[in-house]
Amino acid sequence: MQDAILDVKNLSIRYNGASEDAVRGVSFTLGRERLGIVGESGSGKSTVGRALLRLLPGARVTADRLRFEDVDLLDLSEREMLKVRGRRMSMILQDPKFSLNPIQRVGAQVAETYLRHFPANKAEARAKTLEMLAAVRIRDPERVHDLYPHEISGGMGQRVMIAMMLLADPDLVIADEPTSALDVTVRLQVLNILDGLVRDRGIGLIMISHDLNLVRNFCDRVLIMYAGRVVETLDARDMDAAEHPYTRGLLAAQPRIGGTRGPLAVLDRRPEWKEGSTP
Amino acid sequence: MSVRRTRLRGILGQITTIAVTLLGLLMLTFVIGRMMPADPVRAIVGEDATRETYEQVYLQLGLDRPLWEQFLRYLGDVLTGDFGNSIRTGKPVIEDILHVMPATVELATFAILIGAGLGIPLGVIAAVNKDRWPDHVVRVFSLFGHSMPIFWTGMIALIVFYAALGWVGGSGRMSQFYIGMVPTRSGFLLIDSALAGQWDVFRSAVNHLILPASLLGYSSSAYITRMTRSFMLDQLGQEYMTTARVKGLSKGQTIWRHAFGNIRVQLVTIVALAYGSLLEGAVLIETVFAWPGFGQYLTNNLIIGDMNAVMTCVLIVGVIFIGLNLLSDILYRLFDPRTK
Ligand SMILES: Nc1ncnc2c1ncn2[C@@H]1O[C@H](COP(=O)(O)OP(=O)(O)O)[C@@H](O)[C@H]1O
Ligand SMILES: [Mg+2]
Repeated sequence: MQDAILDVKNLSIRYNGASEDAVRGVSFTLGRERLGIVGESGSGKSTVGRALLRLLPGARVTADRLRFEDVDLLDLSEREMLKVRGRRMSMILQDPKFSLNPIQRVGAQVAETYLRHFPANKAEARAKTLEMLAAVRIRDPERVHDLYPHEISGGMGQRVMIAMMLLADPDLVIADEPTSALDVTVRLQVLNILDGLVRDRGIGLIMISHDLNLVRNFCDRVLIMYAGRVVETLDARDMDAAEHPYTRGLLAAQPRIGGTRGPLAVLDRRPEWKEGSTP
Repeated sequence: MSVRRTRLRGILGQITTIAVTLLGLLMLTFVIGRMMPADPVRAIVGEDATRETYEQVYLQLGLDRPLWEQFLRYLGDVLTGDFGNSIRTGKPVIEDILHVMPATVELATFAILIGAGLGIPLGVIAAVNKDRWPDHVVRVFSLFGHSMPIFWTGMIALIVFYAALGWVGGSGRMSQFYIGMVPTRSGFLLIDSALAGQWDVFRSAVNHLILPASLLGYSSSAYITRMTRSFMLDQLGQEYMTTARVKGLSKGQTIWRHAFGNIRVQLVTIVALAYGSLLEGAVLIETVFAWPGFGQYLTNNLIIGDMNAVMTCVLIVGVIFIGLNLLSDILYRLFDPRTK
């Protein structure tokens, strides 16, 4: 890809003390597009996301290539990394109940991103924060700005999280199960807000999820991960043409509105897929 | 509306708790008073009083009345600020105690400043470096502080820093030479000498305070370190710490700006409790350093069996702890938005 934001080649990660790699030989590139990473729990999705932000202190990360725009993530110093995190690459975490600091007002937490990366005074940061809160379609930014995390709903909390992570206008956002902790009723709303902002601002998105249906609707391309390995890469619109039996299994295991009401297919798992042999 | 009502109920509940605790405390001191082997009448009339005098005082004290009536009488006395007289000095015990208290408060306050100033940063450092060498060094350092026999260490410290090196003052609150030079206003020597502009006395007082306060502070820092470390470890694993890192904050910034705020309330509580135990009387250190404070006062009166004095001391210790608990409750409400 010409204007690749991210170029990952043969990425492997092993947690200290583990006997197996959590991520094994993962390769992919990302342009200004929306990439989904799908797989069941424990398949290594979050580990990939955190490795990109270099937030895996207790793990050994190796790769042939790990480029993010003009920087080599493999040998960037921590000092340099501080300028990348939040400013050029950020991450939306799963559950706002835990990912927001319980004793700080949400406005201050959002503003911190701005103050960290731009020479601004409090008033400027506040103006930017209010603007961003409005951008995630919070109707009354002035009021929400002064609330504490326990005073807002999960959907609202996740919008605050999105505001916080997009405020410094990054080039890449990793969304790690951004709606898994939310009520079903607000999931689509939150995803639409994120999707709108990502498209408008031309931000690259990595959407991590265990929900193939959700990802195929919000992404251009999807990586299917199984046991730390990418078993298949597909364009979202070609999903039904998936070849790998694991992907087909995932698709078959998804309930479809209007589909038949028979029992869902049970997911097949074979040890040889771990070794990456073609089916 | 309902928020206000809940809050009101909370305050009422708190007042009830305090009242009940105080009542229990008074019962305790009353029972201690009755159980002491010392004879309160004999203590007043002396060994060679006549039988009539003895009887008269016995009746005056109401000792012939039923126990509950005696307790009510005690309750009434305490509530009107009458804690009885000391056998030893003949003065109201409360006066004697107020006289010795400032020395202890002065010592305890410096000790807790040292203890918290040492313990909190060390606890944070240990938590951040869990299972690496700084954690081990901190553990050994505070284990030593926790287990040192303060009586023995106190004497060694006096020999080394006072007798041999001459860096600090010896026993007592100031040099003999200065005693009586400063008029007593607050009882706090540092304040009184500063008010009087007697800077020589002030310096002497600091010189005498520094050693016992450091030893006490060091020994109480062990507990503060251990608690800080465990509070901090809880926070370091929280997801909001990852959020802060993702925003681009350095490790140090996430610790001081995010995690520390979340342990502030717990820290205040344990520091308050540590301060309480220091006020209760650092009996050993006051003995080694001939520090005329509350701890020494309590010990002396226990030995000679001066009931009124002992009962009042126990009462004061109880009230100090109730007060500190109340204080940490209030701070909790102030600092933690979730309680509003
Ligand atoms: N901090 C950690 N220490 C050791 N092993 C871990 C740690 N985090 C995750 N793992 C392991 O790495 C594998 C991948 O985990 P993860 O990336 O969280 O999966 P996913 O996000 O796809 O559910 C799992 O087997 C998990 O047990
Ligand atoms: Mg995960």
